[in-house]
Amino acid sequence: MKISRRTALKLSLLTGFSLTRKHSLFAIVASARPSDLLPPGAALKAGRWVMVIDLKKCVAAKDCHDACVHACHDTHNVPDMGNKKDEVKWIWREEGAHLFPDQLGEYRGAELAHQTVPALCNHCANPPCTRVCPTGATFKRGDGIVVMDPHRCIGCRFCMAACPYGSRSFNWKDPRPYLKKINPDYPTRTKGVVEKCTFCDERLAQGKLPACVTACPAEAMAFGDLKDEKSLVVKLLRENFSIRRKPELGTEPAVYYLV
Amino acid sequence: MLEKAFIGQSRYQVWLACLLIPIAAGLACYFNQYAHGLGITGMSRDVIWGFYIAQFTFLVGVAASAVMVVLPFYSHDTREFGRVVILGEFLAVAAVVMCILHIFVDLGQPTRILNVLLHPAPQSVMFWDMIVLNGYLLLNLVIGWTTLDCERNGSKPPGWVKPLVYLSIPWAVSIHTVTAFLYSGLPGRHLWLTALLAPRFLATAFAAGPALLILLCLILKKTAGFDAGGGALRKLSITVTYAMIVNVFFIAVEFFTSYYCGVPSDRQDLQYLFFGFEGHARMVPWMWASLAMAVASIPVLLISIRRRTHLLLAVACGMVFLSTWMDKGLGLIAGGFAITPMDTVADYAPTLPEVLISVGIYAGGALLLTLLYRIVLSVREESNPV
Repeated sequence: MKISRRTALKLSLLTGFSLTRKHSLFAIVASARPSDLLPPGAALKAGRWVMVIDLKKCVAAKDCHDACVHACHDTHNVPDMGNKKDEVKWIWREEGAHLFPDQLGEYRGAELAHQTVPALCNHCANPPCTRVCPTGATFKRGDGIVVMDPHRCIGCRFCMAACPYGSRSFNWKDPRPYLKKINPDYPTRTKGVVEKCTFCDERLAQGKLPACVTACPAEAMAFGDLKDEKSLVVKLLRENFSIRRKPELGTEPAVYYLV
Repeated sequence: MLEKAFIGQSRYQVWLACLLIPIAAGLACYFNQYAHGLGITGMSRDVIWGFYIAQFTFLVGVAASAVMVVLPFYSHDTREFGRVVILGEFLAVAAVVMCILHIFVDLGQPTRILNVLLHPAPQSVMFWDMIVLNGYLLLNLVIGWTTLDCERNGSKPPGWVKPLVYLSIPWAVSIHTVTAFLYSGLPGRHLWLTALLAPRFLATAFAAGPALLILLCLILKKTAGFDAGGGALRKLSITVTYAMIVNVFFIAVEFFTSYYCGVPSDRQDLQYLFFGFEGHARMVPWMWASLAMAVASIPVLLISIRRRTHLLLAVACGMVFLSTWMDKGLGLIAGGFAITPMDTVADYAPTLPEVLISVGIYAGGALLLTLLYRIVLSVREESNPV
């Protein structure tokens, strides 16, 4: 094949452009999903995405069989490594005492200490994880979602050390053999990279709510725009008392728990 | 000059060959890790960094300590250090190389390491750590090599070396400060979230590094007939003594603040390390051994300085080195991750392959140091034939 001078110039310009962009041309092409081709307006957009979890409803739904966890992990090809050491998890159930140390009362509310409720990435407004990442592989989007580019991640795990919520997982081994069923619509990961909850950015782009929110049979999880005064999440936060995990750290979590 | 590195007595050749064994073992383990992932180590979802990063941290200190001979020699005209200053610079070179290798083996995706340069992130402390470490390596290599070359030719070092030497002094402090900032800037890791971390790192560095240099001088005297001079060893041992006293003082200050304030999260990590926490007491004997050696080394050092006995000095320096290694080369990292973000306790112990990879890197560093020191001794033998 003969490349004319004009084509060569165009190609070199394009390559140069792609190198200067924060997201390389390869990344843009590689990440193209059907959702990118949807007509504008179909995707769900927000000024700041937040999640509100009603703990009363959550705890009351005794026979939910961790629907939120399974929905998330099945959708996103999160492996079941079978041991605590290599564990990978995006959303899981944790005892209240572990989630809210120092925040639960000794008398009223004490029962929550031993009940398990969902824990996931808090998508902090001031995320320590993105601050420390040496390659920009994890970053905060304009709508507040903290996302991860597993293709750029070098596996230094600085973000995991920085996260005060233990929300990030590392692939200590190749995760693929530990997937019972692979969802072909979502990528699997390789060994040596960090992963975490992304507030289902891929589903939002298709106009769908996060998988955990949709799956919860008790409708205990609400998801919406904190910047929209008329949204359900703002209404819930106005009418109920809410707590967030480790507020003293100044990270400003986007996951609120109604108690 | 490079050709001199491999010339030596048969004993020297045997030593070089011996170093190749742990290097080969480490390489074999690393290939295994490369194929199967970091899961072959003792690290976990809770204990995110382990033996590798701990060795990296400890060795940054060893590297930084070169300033303890460079500063007195160049800034205060301390002539006694004339014969050892280059040994300090080359020790820094070997230590930084070992640091970089320990970072490399800790990466989940080592082939992507250049992403740090392709997508620079100046808000990340790791970005700056990369810059200061590589800069320090380059500075010491250039300064050491140029001054040695001039010594060989019997000429004065060129004028541009002096500014580089003065630059290397604050630079040495920066490498350990930035390394401390990797830890002390993280919210929710209470053992590290203290402004005292960087000063404490420097104190342990200025104790451990010169202690190692003294030991190396004593070994060179026995094996290669190199005499650093009694004055140099004496001055170095005084540096070690004061640095160790400052370090023990810092530990005491850390204990006071953590315990007297009564805030549980502030003392849990220290409690885990020194007294055990919720039934987890694996690190307790280790940490007490480290602390006991740190305290005991001070009188031994003082006596050895007074009596001028090399045997006692070697024992004291061994204690200092081991004590700081046990503290920084394991306790600091394991202790920092012990109390998890979920307020549970996570123990850590390195696996055999993990240790072997690290030992391989240490052997590689020893090999590099041996070759560099051999060149130094050859040049000295040439210029002062016996």
